[in-house]
Amino acid sequence: MAWYDRLLAVDRRWIYLILAVAVVIPAIWTMHIPVSLSSEVENVFERVSGIQDGKIMFLAIDYDPSTMAELSPMAEAILRQVFRQNGRVVLSSLSQFGPAMTDEIMTRIAGEMGKVSGEDYVFLGYKPYPAITILAMGTDFRVPFPTDYYGDRVDDHPMMAGVHNFDDVEFVLSLAGGNAADMWIVYGNAKYGVPLALGVTGVMATDYYPYLQSGQLFGLLPGIKGAAEYEQLNESPGDGLRGIPYQTTSHAVVLVFIVLTNIAFFAKRSAQRKHGMQAGLS
Amino acid sequence: MDPTSAWGMVWRGIAALITLAIFSFLWRDNPVYKFIERLWVGVVTGYWTMLLYYTSFTDKVRVPIFEEGQWWYIFPSLLGVLMWFRLSKKYGYVSRYALAFYIGISTGVFIPLTIKTSILYQVQGTIRAIDPTWTGIMFGIAFLGILCSLSYFFFSKEHTGVLGVSSKIGIYTLMIGFGAGFGLTVMGRVALLVQRVIFLRDYGIDLLGGGL
Repeated sequence: MAWYDRLLAVDRRWIYLILAVAVVIPAIWTMHIPVSLSSEVENVFERVSGIQDGKIMFLAIDYDPSTMAELSPMAEAILRQVFRQNGRVVLSSLSQFGPAMTDEIMTRIAGEMGKVSGEDYVFLGYKPYPAITILAMGTDFRVPFPTDYYGDRVDDHPMMAGVHNFDDVEFVLSLAGGNAADMWIVYGNAKYGVPLALGVTGVMATDYYPYLQSGQLFGLLPGIKGAAEYEQLNESPGDGLRGIPYQTTSHAVVLVFIVLTNIAFFAKRSAQRKHGMQAGLS
Repeated sequence: MDPTSAWGMVWRGIAALITLAIFSFLWRDNPVYKFIERLWVGVVTGYWTMLLYYTSFTDKVRVPIFEEGQWWYIFPSLLGVLMWFRLSKKYGYVSRYALAFYIGISTGVFIPLTIKTSILYQVQGTIRAIDPTWTGIMFGIAFLGILCSLSYFFFSKEHTGVLGVSSKIGIYTLMIGFGAGFGLTVMGRVALLVQRVIFLRDYGIDLLGGGL
């Protein structure tokens, strides 16, 4: 068997093993990898920086535990920044497996920073069908959410006095691991004209850059890189920046594999052509 | 719950074992992996069922109709009941009335807004003046890439001459887009792996460092 055939037919478990080693290296050996900043992340940071002294933003936690590795660092960094600035936040969770996770993040950070439900934040909770829920929230948050996640009436929260719909918040930031991002663009931005930014998983990011160029989004946090950039801007290192060394080593391994298999592919094609020509001559 | 308390360490230990059981699939399919997979499906189904009961049935049916006397909620509730007729061979057609109602409303709302969002705003964002700045130059390159990519999908003329060149640039533009998507996908998948590795490492440190 030629070397290129052996390389192209390598057992995939060797690849898993090498990738595992590449991921374990930064866990043992501390590395510092610089993170370059992008304008789409800076735009989000600047807008969140404006949420000070009682101003309100809407944070939609539209992901579930399957994508929390990429999106929770964003949620935590943003909540800490808003609370540090004495801003206030209304939250919802339009992903069916997200509410308990959102409650855990929210109560932990609020507890650390001495913030109180109803005064500094209101967690509205979950309702099925993101499109219908967003449409209803555009009329009044109380239509889909007469009570919050904890069963308390929304009207009983002092923070919600005079806060009825998207006109009463500065902007919406949706951290989405699924199609809720599209729903916010179609129903939140196009229907109600609410200023919108998204934090999405790496897999989804390329789909949403066109909306950035057209001005439908004012900012975008793409995957763990977006989270790391945000943490750097916020000067609060967390899981985003912590994950970058791991990303670097594992991407290096993937790149080496891509180069090696391409070399093997072209060597095999070249050999087949040579063999074909020789067969043709004989 | 404090993650380094005794109960915290027990729960994290269970999570660590489940993580390792899931990773065992990378070697080969095995009974431990199968058990954890089914456990996960069971937990998720139970969680979602209860969540829907409390966030939909309680809020929109039980409380408004039976506790607050808002009788008009009966009509959408009846439409929901009609959906269950799909389980009957004889009366299955009845569910179509509820479906027709739902599809009619969602289509009426969705189509105009989607045309606005995905076509009108996107065309508006693509056709604009190119200013002599770095952003303007980048926009010009993107605009050229869009035109060339569109020309690649023009099949009414042979791809030779000007069309051949533009379709060639178009396919390279598309490849750059796919490459960016692939890179970001790798980043996302690795992020999932990294989170689990960091979790296992932190748990190991707490366990050996006297967490219990």
